Amino acid sequence: MTAAAVPDRVVSAEQRKRARSVGITYLVLAMVCFFIFTRRPGDAGFRITETSQFTLPAQGFGWALGIVLVAVAAAQLLRGFGRLSNVVLALATAAFFMSFLAWAAAGDSFSFVGMLQDTVSRSVPITLGAIGGILSERSGVINISIEGMLLAAACTSAIAASLTNLWLGTLVGALTGVALAAVLAVMSIRYKVDQVIVGFAINFFALGVTSFVSFRVLVPNRDTMNNLLPVTPIRIPLLADVPFIGTIFFEQTIFVYFSFAAVALATWGLYRTKWGLRTRAIGEYPKAAGTLGVDVNKLRYRNLLLAGAVAGIGGAWWPIGIVGRFDQNITNGRGFIALAAVIFGRWHPVGALCGALVFALAEAVRLKIGNFDTGIPSEFLIMAPYVVTIIVVAGFIGASRAPKAAGQPYEDQ
Amino acid sequence: MNETLKSLRFTLLAVVAALVVSAFIIVITDIEALGDGNFGQAFSTLGTAYWGLFKGSFGSLRAISNTITGATPLLLAGLAVSSAFKAGLFNIGATGQMLAGAITGLWVGFAFQLPPIIHVPLALLAAAVGGALFGAIPGALKARTGAHEVITTIMLNGIASFTVLWLLKTELFKREGRDDAISKFVEDSAKLPKLFWFMGKRIDLLAHTGFIVALLATFVFWWLLRKTTLGFEMQATGFNQEAARYAGMKTKSLMVVSMAIAGAFAGLAGGSEVLGLYGYASGSVAGDIGFDAIAVALLGRSTPIGTLVSALLFGALQAGGRQMQVDTDVPIDLIIVLRALIVFFIAAPLLVKAIFRVKGDAKGFGQTFRGWGG
Amino acid sequence: MKFELRGITKRFPGVVANDNVNLEVSTGEVLALIGENGAGKSTLMNVLYGIYRPDEGELRIDGTPQHFSSPADAIAAGIGMVHQHFMLVPVMTVAENVVLGVEPTGRLGSLDIDEARRMVKEVSDKYSLELNPDAVIEDLPVGVRQRVEIVKVLMRDAKIVVFDEPTAVLTPSEILEFFEIVRSLVAAGRGVIFITHKLKEALTIADRINVLRRGKVVGEANPKNTTESEIAEMMVGRAVQLVVDKKPATPGAAMLQVKNLSVVEPDGRTVVDDVSFEVRVGEIVGIAGVQGNGQTELVEALSGMRRAASGSISVADRDVSHDSPRERHAAGMAHIPEDRQRQGLVTEMSITENLVLTRYHDAEFSQGIRMKWDVAAARAKELVAAYDIRTNDPSQPASTLSGGNQQKVIVARELSRDIRLAVAAQPTRGIDVGSIEYVHSQIVKERDAGVAVLVVSTELDEIMSLSDRVLVMYRGRIVADLDPKKVSHMDIGLYMAGSRPAAVAS
Repeated sequence: MTAAAVPDRVVSAEQRKRARSVGITYLVLAMVCFFIFTRRPGDAGFRITETSQFTLPAQGFGWALGIVLVAVAAAQLLRGFGRLSNVVLALATAAFFMSFLAWAAAGDSFSFVGMLQDTVSRSVPITLGAIGGILSERSGVINISIEGMLLAAACTSAIAASLTNLWLGTLVGALTGVALAAVLAVMSIRYKVDQVIVGFAINFFALGVTSFVSFRVLVPNRDTMNNLLPVTPIRIPLLADVPFIGTIFFEQTIFVYFSFAAVALATWGLYRTKWGLRTRAIGEYPKAAGTLGVDVNKLRYRNLLLAGAVAGIGGAWWPIGIVGRFDQNITNGRGFIALAAVIFGRWHPVGALCGALVFALAEAVRLKIGNFDTGIPSEFLIMAPYVVTIIVVAGFIGASRAPKAAGQPYEDQ
Repeated sequence: MNETLKSLRFTLLAVVAALVVSAFIIVITDIEALGDGNFGQAFSTLGTAYWGLFKGSFGSLRAISNTITGATPLLLAGLAVSSAFKAGLFNIGATGQMLAGAITGLWVGFAFQLPPIIHVPLALLAAAVGGALFGAIPGALKARTGAHEVITTIMLNGIASFTVLWLLKTELFKREGRDDAISKFVEDSAKLPKLFWFMGKRIDLLAHTGFIVALLATFVFWWLLRKTTLGFEMQATGFNQEAARYAGMKTKSLMVVSMAIAGAFAGLAGGSEVLGLYGYASGSVAGDIGFDAIAVALLGRSTPIGTLVSALLFGALQAGGRQMQVDTDVPIDLIIVLRALIVFFIAAPLLVKAIFRVKGDAKGFGQTFRGWGG
Repeated sequence: MKFELRGITKRFPGVVANDNVNLEVSTGEVLALIGENGAGKSTLMNVLYGIYRPDEGELRIDGTPQHFSSPADAIAAGIGMVHQHFMLVPVMTVAENVVLGVEPTGRLGSLDIDEARRMVKEVSDKYSLELNPDAVIEDLPVGVRQRVEIVKVLMRDAKIVVFDEPTAVLTPSEILEFFEIVRSLVAAGRGVIFITHKLKEALTIADRINVLRRGKVVGEANPKNTTESEIAEMMVGRAVQLVVDKKPATPGAAMLQVKNLSVVEPDGRTVVDDVSFEVRVGEIVGIAGVQGNGQTELVEALSGMRRAASGSISVADRDVSHDSPRERHAAGMAHIPEDRQRQGLVTEMSITENLVLTRYHDAEFSQGIRMKWDVAAARAKELVAAYDIRTNDPSQPASTLSGGNQQKVIVARELSRDIRLAVAAQPTRGIDVGSIEYVHSQIVKERDAGVAVLVVSTELDEIMSLSDRVLVMYRGRIVADLDPKKVSHMDIGLYMAGSRPAAVAS
């Protein structure tokens, strides 16, 4: 093109800024290691199975990691890691996390595998909610009502499962999700109401109705309508025998396996099928598809209903997968965390799964670590997922890569 | 005037539609009566319920006082959402901003000994400042990083809730002799006087001058929008950020300022609850008010008068709902349902039009959400 | 095959877009549909393509009535459309865009991308329209994107191809290539409808011309024996000035001085490359060039919306390179932005509010934080009268105005001030002829009053007739400084395409 000096590696100002903030982050993490993670004496025991565990000397590991992080920070700021940047970031974060656990459990031990197993289990509603979110947003419809869908499905599936059986209960949950999605679809596609407003209205509605029903119907009739035996974990032979990974991933309930399948199916669907191509097109530039004969609104309707079904099954996880009943506001904001997972994962199912695992991990950590006397008020541990979300959304994801047409109704005559 | 009448008509119809659907829900969930095949019983429950709703909101001086008490924080928090909407921002964080204002107002309320004429305004000011600072955070995040305020405000709500819970258990804030998250009492000199003080011994009339503050805040909102350069800039940015930039407006700092103003309103809501209603703060001082405020702003279409009217309406529903719960056993959660239905029907005038076969123009909300792009 | 539209009437709230329109085209011929903006051409084509359903009238193919309920039906019947604004999904590849809607599938609905690639290659080879099936649309230049659109249409075996303003984004030489494509389509037995407001092009390529005005067909013409002015008169309903009426310029001292200005994108590309020029008091300098050669970014740097990487900008000998847009306003610069609805106006706000959009902070309209809306309203009334803005209530939202009147609002706002320099980007894009004439006359009026004027436009006719001097931008550089009276249309076209006329090169 033109004669302006072209460096060997074309690095934009944005990339440099990001690289710098990552480097500073490493330094901050190193400081945390030095000043906090080295403060507690003792060895931390990470239990793997009934009999085996590995230990990390809390202080030693803290010092060592701190030094490594300083070196990594220097390398990042001076040279950068090029393609390996994300790998280095992931490794550093993982190591930092281990140091944190070692510090918290110094002089004690906890079930490391149990914590990870818990993580996978707790990620289910967030993952399924996120898949629902991705299906709608990729089609161009913002879905703020994931929370409402999860909550309503939890309630109806609890009642249905108590009255009939678990399969029917889950089905009812899915249908509840479909019903709410239908409302979202009709209001936003046909009546062209602002999608966030409808989403919130659905959330209010679900919260109100389920709390109302819980108080007026479920509490007085607990034994008949709100009492069921949740599913038990299913052990997948062969795979579950793999050490470490096997127990974590393959000794889980059918909900977990379903959520993995949903992620795989959604990924294959979006990127390798005709349906996926059309879906992505209507989410990015619906007019292009419309002028080629694709029925944009019909496809949006269908995808929304599908999203509702998936989210509905996610909602059924509470009574049928874990707790065995419905409590008022049992979802407690997980639907919004699912939305954050969608953004975290850049609207890609696998990315959203990673986001869901990160958030679930924060919850699982709190449960295990909360018992140790670390001096951190439990409130701060509960807050951790929220802080992580803000850092992620503000720092590393920003606003890029959202489906361009999300939020705008499609006008056709 | 015609415009206002027409939109008022739709609002009225929306409320009617919502009441009808809620009535249906009440009847359907009267399991005992329905189980016995006793429809008469179910309908009389409905009648008692709706009568209780009316009695509890307007049927007596105490009812009116309750309505005003409930409407006060709803109006202030509603302004927090409306003012952000006018600037093109979706403020879900009124809860967190209320909490921030409650804590700062609380602290000034018990940390100083001052004559009331200074103490009350000072505490309120502290509440507004606390809310403004907390509200500025998502604004700054959006301006600098493009992070969408829907996500950041929701997260900040959670952060604020738990931080406040923790703070209330620290030495500085904790009440003597209590281990739970409840604070010291505010000095008497910082308390907002009751509205009906002239009625002497009626301690059941809880309405306080926070209501006057809320009305003043509504006026300030109106003045900001219609009479100031800042208001003009906020609205231009809210409608069309690019054109605002081309006109030389500093849109990034406007984002921060708009959220700070919104936060200040919400902070006042928190402060008024602490200083006027309770006299102390607990973890539930903000309750669901922040979320309800969204419905208030939506119903009021983000206008000053609209926000005022819908705050009064929702305050009435809340006061009446408590009475309804006492008289029958219809839980107050029905009010949440009612609220959601009203929002639905307001948001979709076309739907209302179809149901009631009303003639005329039905203007909806239009798109307030422009997409996740920063 | 013969395609006929008979008695088509289409109404929208408040306007009859098409009024009893008859039109026919057969395979093997080129029909040009001419009309100014708002005449109803696009509406008519949308009816043909199944996007709109007519209120009255019908469409016939070879005498058989057809009913299209969606573009899918039109496509199946053999109608293909290349829209003015490309209907391409930017983040997807060429192959994905081309097969969208007719995707080749394998088992379980999976997309057979190899087959898609093959399909693209087959069509592009057959018509010599070179394309890389795996290229991502947003990386492709505009001329290539048009090829993708054409391949899209041909793959669906279109018998009639409709082109809506296809040459808006092409250089004169690319336009000639485009005409070759049209001729080859006709030779291959297809029919072409060519929608345009560019009279010269219609006369060059069409076999027949239909003229639309205010929704009605007002004339048919034979290109062989019609002139531009005759068509223009049919288009507008009265005699039209095709050339701007102006006295010779008497330029004075330099008002705008741009020295070695460069603008670099965040990803490292240089989009404005070491540009230097000046605009003198009392002259109109026009910058010609195809969209995408740096003009937009140059104007952004001049107006202060974007920071230049290097170089300087001075107005009246004062360096404004680091000034904010508002400070440049204060220094006497007026800016008419390229996209009136996204950059120039807040259409939801009233006409009055828009008229003070860039001036509300002046002492005239505000005092500290307080706005003087009564003063603003009075001034708005004056401006509406003075600048012929067709509205009966300035407190109405600006969205109620037509495109031409919206542009007049911007012109009124910017040029009614005491200014020294006016920068006008695409000042007449998409507006009706009457408003075009008006805007041009205002620009000349400013120049005669001693303002330095810079006009940036992709409409070469406009540049040629308005400017006293013409600069040509190509790939971020100024490649020519010409006198429009002494140079031909074609020569400028060559500069715009990056080459040089033979006479100069030697």
